Amino acid sequence: RKRFEVKTLGFSSLELKNLIFFLGAVGRVAEVAGKSSVMMEIRTPKTHKAKRVLEKRAPKLVENGKKTLILHGTKTSATVSSVLMELYRLKKGGAIKYSRRNENIRPFESGGETSLEFFSLKTDCSIFVYGSHTKKRPDNLVLGRMYDHHVYDLIEVGIENFKSLLSFSYDKKIAPHEGSKPFICFTGEGFENVPELKQLKEVLTDLFRGEVVENLNLTGLDRAYICTAVSPTKVFLTHCAIKLKKSGTIVPRIELVEVGPSMDLVIRRNRLPNEGLRKEAMKSSKDKPKKKVKNVDQDDVLGKLGRVYIPEQEVGKIPLPDKSKGVKRERREGKVKKNKEEGSASKKLKESE
Amino acid sequence: MDTEMDQIYQIDVGNLLAFNPNHRFSSAPSSREELVKECVTEGTKLVQAIADTLFNFPSTESVDGPLVQLPPPTTKLPREKHLPRPKPPTKWEEFALKKGIQKRKKDKIVYDETTDKFKRRHGYDRVKDDNDIPIIEAKASDEPGEDPFAKRLDDKKKRVDKQQQNRLQNLKSAAKAGALPSHVQLAASALPITGTKAQPKKLGKEELGDVAGLAATSTASGGKFDKKLPGEKPTKKQGKHHRYLPVVPRYGWVDEEKEQTNKVLGKLLSKHSHEILNVGKAINMYNDKKEKKKSGRSDKLKPKKDITKKKPYANKANK
Repeated sequence: RKRFEVKTLGFSSLELKNLIFFLGAVGRVAEVAGKSSVMMEIRTPKTHKAKRVLEKRAPKLVENGKKTLILHGTKTSATVSSVLMELYRLKKGGAIKYSRRNENIRPFESGGETSLEFFSLKTDCSIFVYGSHTKKRPDNLVLGRMYDHHVYDLIEVGIENFKSLLSFSYDKKIAPHEGSKPFICFTGEGFENVPELKQLKEVLTDLFRGEVVENLNLTGLDRAYICTAVSPTKVFLTHCAIKLKKSGTIVPRIELVEVGPSMDLVIRRNRLPNEGLRKEAMKSSKDKPKKKVKNVDQDDVLGKLGRVYIPEQEVGKIPLPDKSKGVKRERREGKVKKNKEEGSASKKLKESE
Repeated sequence: MDTEMDQIYQIDVGNLLAFNPNHRFSSAPSSREELVKECVTEGTKLVQAIADTLFNFPSTESVDGPLVQLPPPTTKLPREKHLPRPKPPTKWEEFALKKGIQKRKKDKIVYDETTDKFKRRHGYDRVKDDNDIPIIEAKASDEPGEDPFAKRLDDKKKRVDKQQQNRLQNLKSAAKAGALPSHVQLAASALPITGTKAQPKKLGKEELGDVAGLAATSTASGGKFDKKLPGEKPTKKQGKHHRYLPVVPRYGWVDEEKEQTNKVLGKLLSKHSHEILNVGKAINMYNDKKEKKKSGRSDKLKPKKDITKKKPYANKANK
């Protein structure tokens, strides 16, 4: 084999090795950079499940309920962490709680929102609750909303007089079920006059509302959030369970029992959305999504026609009622009664008989 | 619900929301419990107001309980994502609009004339399957050496590729308008299309080792004492691997050099030594060598001199 002599130019062999590899890499990069048009490829999801997830997260005319993202800041006190935990419990079905500390999230600073936006994109959450604790702002909670996964508006509140839901004692029967639609009540003129409280009212409505439903089951109403504007900067928030009592009319008498966490929210800072963004976010389209009605035709002569499909009936294969001895109801019920009377221990004796 | 104090609550039944803008604390609440109590009583009034309207709605019975149809919510809240943007029409759609072409629904079962049966349009045993064509009639425009079956397949391939390009262009223009369908992502692939140039191959481990070995030979000691990077394997030596026997035999070990020479001698002086030597080959080799020496040059490399040809001015120069 011919000897390949390389002019060393003062490089050692080791350096040469590294240089060769580097040059090879540079050569490839230069080639790519030299080309102006980049080849694009179409990527579609390979599984039906992935496709469904993507369609769920796509922008729609009628949107899904907003999901909430609950995060910790650099340092959290006991109150803040319990507030976050309880908020998560209240919003169980539609909230995601991250347990690690996030040091690079600063919602009010211009660069500190990138992580938040990334998380919002990843988890498809449009509301976030960020809790932290510093000397300057003790027991701090930042409630924020996203539009198109970019920060829309923020409001910062301080927590005072927090009472955890474990400290409330009540009859367990009236405890509200997970995921039930709540009543939301606001009291106080502050919510109309003070702009920060107005924003807080909107944010709290968005946070507690959950899904927008068309049909509501009246037996499933069991919780209410009460917010009272105590002063122009302070709001008292509490969570109550609903007791329905008999009254003379169809409408039952309502009684509220405090069950959940209660706290005082002190307004600190806020950021309103800029007008253009607000207008765009508040836009709603007038037309309803046209639902395809199948099997209905309109005929000029006969009017509205419908089509009914009946599956083929195979008379020989129709399932007849099972009239075998052991299955008859009386026998079944009799057995159940006997077992109840004599307890499970003696069942073994019976079976061996 | 109007009370004596003429308080009107703002109720949004769709959201189960109620707002009482007119409440004023009559006196500064004395203690926390008082405050809490007052808030809860106010809240109760509001919830009662909502329930009044709610329970008076016409309800339908269901398995879980009475179902009520809620009106749409009246408080406007900001959207989560932008409204879906209208997709720009594709090139075909524009063309169809211009020409007035209507969409026609295609049937799943089509009548096949060749077999007089109804066959499906796509899939197994379909109507116009490329593999099933027995005869293609020759046309006047056909070239003699061309395979029409291969041509058909080729044409189809070209059509499919063109369609892919068109699809990509349509998606690109949709992406530009911000209306890419939700399940599609356009991603830049790693390398651009190179028409004539070969794509640069990544240097593999072995190739890199070879190049490094070649670079090492340029050093004074042939790369033997070079500092190696962590994890690097020792250089593969090119050429024959010589193993030299020790000059002084080790104590207690067999004298290898002696063994070697004894072996050779033994072979030469043995009974069957004449069988080792291929006499015919040896004679041929000897004769060849002799002839080469005679001619003084290798026959293949230099052109044969023609002795009969005379040099034109050879003798005249001497005169």
